[in-house]
This record gives sequence, structure tokens and C-alpha cells, in this order.
Amino acid sequence: MASVPAVLASEWTKIRSVSSTTWTLISAFAVTVVMGAALSALLNATFDDLSEAEQATFDPTFVSFSGTILGQLAMVVFGVLVVGTEYSSGMIRTSLAAVPQRATFLFSKITVAGVLALLVGLLTSFVSFFLSQAMLGDRGTDIGADNVLRAVVGGGLYMGLIAIFSMGVAAMLRSSMLSLGILMPFFFLVSQILSAVPGAKDVAQYFPDQAGSKIMQVVPDALNSEPAPYGPWGGLGIMVLWVLAAVLGGFLVLKRRDA
Amino acid sequence: MIEAVGLTKRYGAKTAVDDLSFQVRPGAVTGFLGPNGSGKSTTMRMILGLDRPTAGHVTIGGHPYRSLPNAPRQVGALLDAKGVHGGRSARNHLLSLAQLAGIPAARVDEVLGVVGLQDVARRRSSGFSLGMGQRLGIAAALLGDPQVLLFDEPVNGLDPEGIHWVRNLMKMLAAEGRTVFVSSHLMSEMALTADHLIVIGRGRLLSDMSVTDFISANSADFARVRVPEDGPEDRQKLTAALIEAGGRVLSEPGGALRVTGLPLPRISDLAHGCDVRLWELSPHQASLEEAYMRLTQGLVDYRSSDDAKAGLVEPPPLDAYGNPLGGHADAPAEPVEVPQEGWYAPPPPAPRPAPAPAPASSPVAEPSRPTEPAPAAEPSSAAPAKEQTSKDPR
Repeated sequence: MASVPAVLASEWTKIRSVSSTTWTLISAFAVTVVMGAALSALLNATFDDLSEAEQATFDPTFVSFSGTILGQLAMVVFGVLVVGTEYSSGMIRTSLAAVPQRATFLFSKITVAGVLALLVGLLTSFVSFFLSQAMLGDRGTDIGADNVLRAVVGGGLYMGLIAIFSMGVAAMLRSSMLSLGILMPFFFLVSQILSAVPGAKDVAQYFPDQAGSKIMQVVPDALNSEPAPYGPWGGLGIMVLWVLAAVLGGFLVLKRRDA
Repeated sequence: MIEAVGLTKRYGAKTAVDDLSFQVRPGAVTGFLGPNGSGKSTTMRMILGLDRPTAGHVTIGGHPYRSLPNAPRQVGALLDAKGVHGGRSARNHLLSLAQLAGIPAARVDEVLGVVGLQDVARRRSSGFSLGMGQRLGIAAALLGDPQVLLFDEPVNGLDPEGIHWVRNLMKMLAAEGRTVFVSSHLMSEMALTADHLIVIGRGRLLSDMSVTDFISANSADFARVRVPEDGPEDRQKLTAALIEAGGRVLSEPGGALRVTGLPLPRISDLAHGCDVRLWELSPHQASLEEAYMRLTQGLVDYRSSDDAKAGLVEPPPLDAYGNPLGGHADAPAEPVEVPQEGWYAPPPPAPRPAPAPAPASSPVAEPSRPTEPAPAAEPSSAAPAKEQTSKDPR
């Protein structure tokens, strides 16, 4: 039986030895930070144009995570590729022949890639926050203020969880192309659109990204957003349930199906 | 030792492997033969625990693969040469596999040297040729110094030097007392490498015997007899005499007779006895490839059509005699017309027709020197050059 530390070491070698890891994670970091800082600077410059209500509920913390909506897509690509390339390259057969215990294989892979994604997510989140606050100047907030640290840490957790969710989906679908074809439009379009449609909103707010992103808000109804029936941690909890479901589904597929 | 008992794999209505039972013993190279789609790879995957059998089981050293302790140190496998992430270097690919089994990194460099990839070890494997991919796959199989080795089509895409190397490697591994199980669809390759053969077709076991036994059981000696082309009645007379003497006569395309069951001197005596001249009487041995094709005939899933050729081949003359298969009652029903390749020596090469001088077409065919005039009376020494140019348009 291949021991868990051995499988973890092997998965780490796999992850660090392909350039897609570097590029997707750098993209996630750069896109989130740059877009967050740029939007913060823009909002700072045009603050007086905002409506009364928007000014009243201005959430400088949430604004610094505006880039997440694009940056998370790079995290999706990272998560999908980590699992999907095993299938597209045929490496899965070599891997499973070497690690016949499929649970050990999949969970080790997700652990290594997930921890890496969480670390990059946290780094992104903190850099994004401090850079954006610098851009906001006087309108910015402080890491020591109420709930701000929770939002910043939550922003990092959100990025990591998105990646792990994608790994689970890719393990279920066993294909990078299929997974990306479903996840990218979902996170970028479907979820955003449905959350703005009155009837669908009640359902859409339980989607993983909609629920999870609540953790990044300090002001509950910032920038005209509807208050959700769950708190920030409740929202993250809903997202964690989605992630667990995806990973469990991926494991069941891997366990049942022939490689 | 690999042992399969009643191994069966169904995909929906299609049965890929059907009640397959065999043993692969240590200390020998066991060839696993079958046409494309006969279930070789499926069987290999079931041995490695990648596919779950619908029925039956397969064990390695008495254990199912999935419950082997530290499988990579006991079993090495080459399944798919392209089963490598293209963006990963050969060395990192092997390193990730080595770490799984607690194999030191030094061993990675060692096997890279063994397969001759040390110079490209740090290059991305997407740039590898099929042959280099095979070598990388073989390196992965050798990594854990395992006692049991499985190779699925290991010589695919290898150059002659590589094929030679793989053959020797297999024999060496077997000589060290390891179990070596090699699949192939090339009988000729297996005849050179394997000690034992397991032949399957449509997922069923067709033959399980040593190569020596396989050869003696399947390769029949025969004699080719050719009579003058101007005497069809001589042919008829000789055929009747040969059958009467207990021989078995088949007609070959081209008019020759293929005779089995009679020694050459006896055929000559019989011909002399019925006053028939012979233009050819030659000994031949059926190739192993032919024996294998006969064995798997009718069990080939993907067969290329030979429709176009059938209309062009003359019908075998023996068909008219009503007893084309000869005198043996136990003779298996076989097509009277045997394939031409392997049996029929091609006619001696006819002298090539003299190149027709085509001075007019020359400038057209060779635009690189269109200004060259085509002299009406050119010396004959220029004829080869002319031939070259007139051939170009083809």
C-alpha cells in the first residue's frame, strides 16, 4: 500500500513540474489584485457620482475583492487541470496502477492542490486588500476594523474552495474540456445573471459562488446587494457543502468506473 | 506469477473478454497475442486493477492487484506510451512515480540511463516521439525493480535498434527469474521474443502453449508443384494421383499446386509414374505469422476489405474437380485458394523496358531548365536523364 506521505510527495512533484500550475495561479493572483486595485481607484475617483444609498453602504473591503469574479476563473482552470490532465493524458492509468487505493490517490491529490490553492488564495486576498485600501485612500478601511480580517481571510478561503470544487467536478466528468465548458460559463455568466433575475434569485443565492462570496462582505447589503438569509459564515458553509458534494461525487465516480 | 481464472469483461452487450483462464509463469517471456480489439489491453488493465472484471478474477502472486502491498515495487507496467502529461519532463514524471513507492531519486536517473533517455530527461515529454515515449514507459515499468512486468505493445514505434533492445531486455528480465508478460499483435515479433504464447481472439482463449509447440503444431511443411502451363490435363492427372497417394492438394493463384502429406521424392515418383513433367518441385514451410492468422481467422474484429482484388484474381482451377480439398477426411475446411504472399515466389524480374526517349515532353516536365533546347538527335548517353524527367509527373 502506497503510504499517504509518499502519495502526497508524488502529487507535489506532479503539481510543481507542470507550467500550467504556475500560470493559472499567477493569473489568479494578478487578475484579482490588479482588477481589485483598479476598481478601488476608479471608485475612489468617482465616489461622488454614487447614489446616496450606495455611498451609505459603501464596503471598502468588498470592493477590494472585485477582481475575484475574474480571478476565480483562473482558479477554476487550475483545479480542473490538476485533475483533468490525468485523464486527457492517460496518466490516470499509470497513477492508479501505482496507487491502487483510489481514495488515497484522489484525496492526496486534492489535498496537495487544495492547500496550494488556499495559500495562493490567501496571499491574493491579503495583497488585494492592502493594495486596494491604498488606492481608496481616506475612504479605505483598516484590517483591524470589525469583521474586516474575517472578510480578508474568507476571500482567500473562497479562492481555494473554488479550486477544490473544480477538482471535484473534473473528477466527476473525467475531462478537462467538459469541466471547463461547464464551470467557466457557470461562474462567469449563469450564476451572475440568475442572481440578478428576480424569480431565480432565491435559488441562485445558494449557488456555491454566490453563497461563498458573502464572506467577503463587511457591510451586509453593500452596493445595493440583497441581504441573504444566511450570514457570512453560513454562506461559506453552504459553499463548503457544495465542495464536499463535488469531491464526494468525484470519488464515487473514480471508485466505480474503470480507469 | 499471474493467474487469471474465468476472467470476463462485458461492456453492455459487447463481451470484450470471455471466460479467460491462464497462468503466466516466472522465468519466461510470455507473449500475449491477438488481433486488434481482441481484449488484450482490457485483460492487461484488469490484471492491474484498473478495470473491474464482470466475472472471474486475476491475481498476481496470489493477491488481487489492488490489495498488493506496495504494488509499484512488485509489478511494473507499460500500458500506454502516451500516458504522460506532455508538460512534465521525463525525469519529473518518473520522480513522481518513484516517490509513490519510496524509490530514491538516484534510481530515476539510473533507469533513464538504462532506456537511453538521459540526454532528454529534463525536456518536456510532449516533444517526444512515439519511440521515446515507449522508452519512457519502459523506464517507468523498470523503476521499482519489480518481479512481475507487463508490457502492452512495447515495440510500437521503436526503431530497429530499439526493437532489438526491447527483445533482449525482455529475455534478460525473464532470465533473472521475473515474470514477463508482453502483448503484441505481431506474431513474428513474438516468435523472436517469447518462450510461451497465449493467443486470444474475440476475448476467448485460442491457444496456450510454448512457442516451440506452437510452431510444430501450426506450421505445416508443404511442397509447391508446378506443371507446364500448356497441359491442364497433366495437372488434372497429377492431382488425382497425388490425392490417391494420400496427399492433400490445394491450388495456388498462378497455377501451382500446394501439396502436403507427401514427401518430395514421392511426389516426383508419382509425377513420373503418370508421365507428367514438372517445372517446379520445391519445399516450403508455412510461416508462424500464417499459422497465427489461420488461428485467429474469423475472430478479427477489424478487417480490411479485399473486395477489389477478388474480382481480378482468376478462379482457382481445382474448383471444378469437386474434391478440391484432397483425400483427408479429417482435413479442416479451408479456402481452396490460399493467399499469395508467403506461398508464391514472384516471377523473375523482367528486364526493364528501355526508357522511351521523349524529347518533346522533357521541357514541360522539368520546368527548372525550360530554356534548354531539345535536340532532335541526342546522344544515347543522355537517355537516363531523360528518363528521370519523364518520370517526374507521376
